[in-house]
Amino acid sequence: MGNPVIEIIQMSKSYELGGETVKALQEVSLLIHEGDFLSIIGPSGSGKSTFMNMIGCLDKPDSGDYLLDGKKVNNMKEHELAGIRNVKIGFIFQNFNLLNKLTALENVELPLVYRGLSVKERREKAINSLERVGLGERIHHMPTQLSGGQQQRVAIARALAGDPPVLLADEPTGALDSKTSKELLEMLKELNKRGQTIVIITHDLEVAKETNRIVRIHDGQLYENGGDWFEPSRIYQNGTQEYQEQ
Amino acid sequence: MNLVESIKMALKSIKSNKIRAILTMLGIIIGVASVITLVGVGQGSSQSVTEEIGSLGTNLITLSVNDTESVQLKDDQILEFQELNGISEVAPVVTGRINAKNQENTAQVSITGTTASYLSVRNLILSQGRFITDMDDELRQKVVVLGSTTADTLFPYENPVGQSVQIEGVSFQVVGVLESVGTSLGTSGDNVIIAPLSTTQRITQSTAIGTVYFQAESEDYVNRAMFQVQGVMTTLFPNSSDYYSVSSQEDLMETMTSVSDTMTLMLGGIASISLLVGGIGIMNIMLVSVSERTKEIGIRKAIGANRKSILLQFLIEAVVLSTLGGLIGVVIGLGVSKLMEIFSSITISYSPSVTLLAFLFSLLIGVVFGVFPANKASKLNPIQALRQE
Repeated sequence: MGNPVIEIIQMSKSYELGGETVKALQEVSLLIHEGDFLSIIGPSGSGKSTFMNMIGCLDKPDSGDYLLDGKKVNNMKEHELAGIRNVKIGFIFQNFNLLNKLTALENVELPLVYRGLSVKERREKAINSLERVGLGERIHHMPTQLSGGQQQRVAIARALAGDPPVLLADEPTGALDSKTSKELLEMLKELNKRGQTIVIITHDLEVAKETNRIVRIHDGQLYENGGDWFEPSRIYQNGTQEYQEQ
Repeated sequence: MNLVESIKMALKSIKSNKIRAILTMLGIIIGVASVITLVGVGQGSSQSVTEEIGSLGTNLITLSVNDTESVQLKDDQILEFQELNGISEVAPVVTGRINAKNQENTAQVSITGTTASYLSVRNLILSQGRFITDMDDELRQKVVVLGSTTADTLFPYENPVGQSVQIEGVSFQVVGVLESVGTSLGTSGDNVIIAPLSTTQRITQSTAIGTVYFQAESEDYVNRAMFQVQGVMTTLFPNSSDYYSVSSQEDLMETMTSVSDTMTLMLGGIASISLLVGGIGIMNIMLVSVSERTKEIGIRKAIGANRKSILLQFLIEAVVLSTLGGLIGVVIGLGVSKLMEIFSSITISYSPSVTLLAFLFSLLIGVVFGVFPANKASKLNPIQALRQE
């Protein structure tokens, strides 16, 4: 087992919605190791999106600690979080979220542009990344000239281009047909086999089943996979007790 | 992310929406072009006025009487000026409006009653015939010299020299015709009749000498000569200095230059306002662009763009728009000035400093009006921005 990549300790988050305070996350704790292939599954309104935003450093928790790749990020300022997102997280979105005015290559290059790499360096990395997802032939295509599956592969290439420790996929198959979904999941599995830590957020059990570890989120609390869906996760308490895998 | 990258990105984004970009730039284009053209027109007219006044001779000193009741210059008093040091010529002038007639051709013109020295004092040239002589004046001869326009009006088909014209019912003989002097300061110098001083005084029934022109011996003597003219006037008409004024061409030049400078400033100011309006147009479009591209901003932020990068991206886009507009405006402005110069008689002077200033101003406008939308974009919450469709 690898080193911990994500350590979330008693994280809480609530927000106002229509005058009511919604407790989206209630003191959740989660440990993810290097090389994990994990899915977080839950219905809408379970706090799934909030949790994803937390893991993805798009939002800050009200309380609790978050260590990403050994760095404490929960107190970071906005521009520091942007830097963390750029280096530590590779995002894959449900509807691909590619920039339609840029070519596949330029889309993949984008995170590297923000990282400040030279033109040559980032071109090399982006082409390499596109080749890894099997799109080496289509680097100059616009997203609109590609099929849904190909677009999602471009998105994966973009996520992988910066060699982030964590790949965070939000409903990656949500906009794809079942055959393409299967191919995509195979690709993610393949990436995981080579050591890539992957976290999938989904509401689809079929997708979750493909991963090595399933964490269920329900009413702002986490439950670990262990036969019964609702068996509480063996989470480590207050960050003192080391997480044990079954 | 460095500046070159940002500029490339901005150009790409502008290229993907060309029509909008052009419409946005239009305000700046028109602003810069009009600043350059209008200031060119203003400075050109100022320059041509200066040249015109200069062509009248910088040795010219003018004594103009505002109140001919209080200051009645007599012919013999004029002689006193002639004896002054540093003054080579003196030409007293009496003016009036008269009707001139040659058979069915008539003209309402101004008559200038003066002496022989008028020709050289005012730098006039005869195209034919002769000018009035001192003898004509002394003998009150009924002779006239016609301005070129007057000559054309009264004698469209024949040589006027030797012919006679009816002025206020009295027959005059035409002895000469002046060469055209063109329009000067808005009044035509060709629509005149020049007659001997004494004759004119009788025709217009006014002995009042309204103006006396002096020619200084050289430019260096102008100030001294003016001073002496003042001195003579003070002796002749004590305590009446409010009723006459003595001025040189230099004074006139200064006045005219200040007038046209004010005009230039005004034209430039009006044009600058259109530049400002163009800037507001840029801000407007940039704000629309920010709300249209909310999703894009969300994506960029999610994959690691910080606030500064987003701010810079939109700011540079605004600056690139305004700078491009400014450049096109400079080209159009210079082109329009050139065309105006070719197709009209207006003198237009190019001013590199005004061109540069207008261009820099357009750049500044891009920055000023780009900051607000860019700041708005940079402050977007990535989560909400991503949710936007």
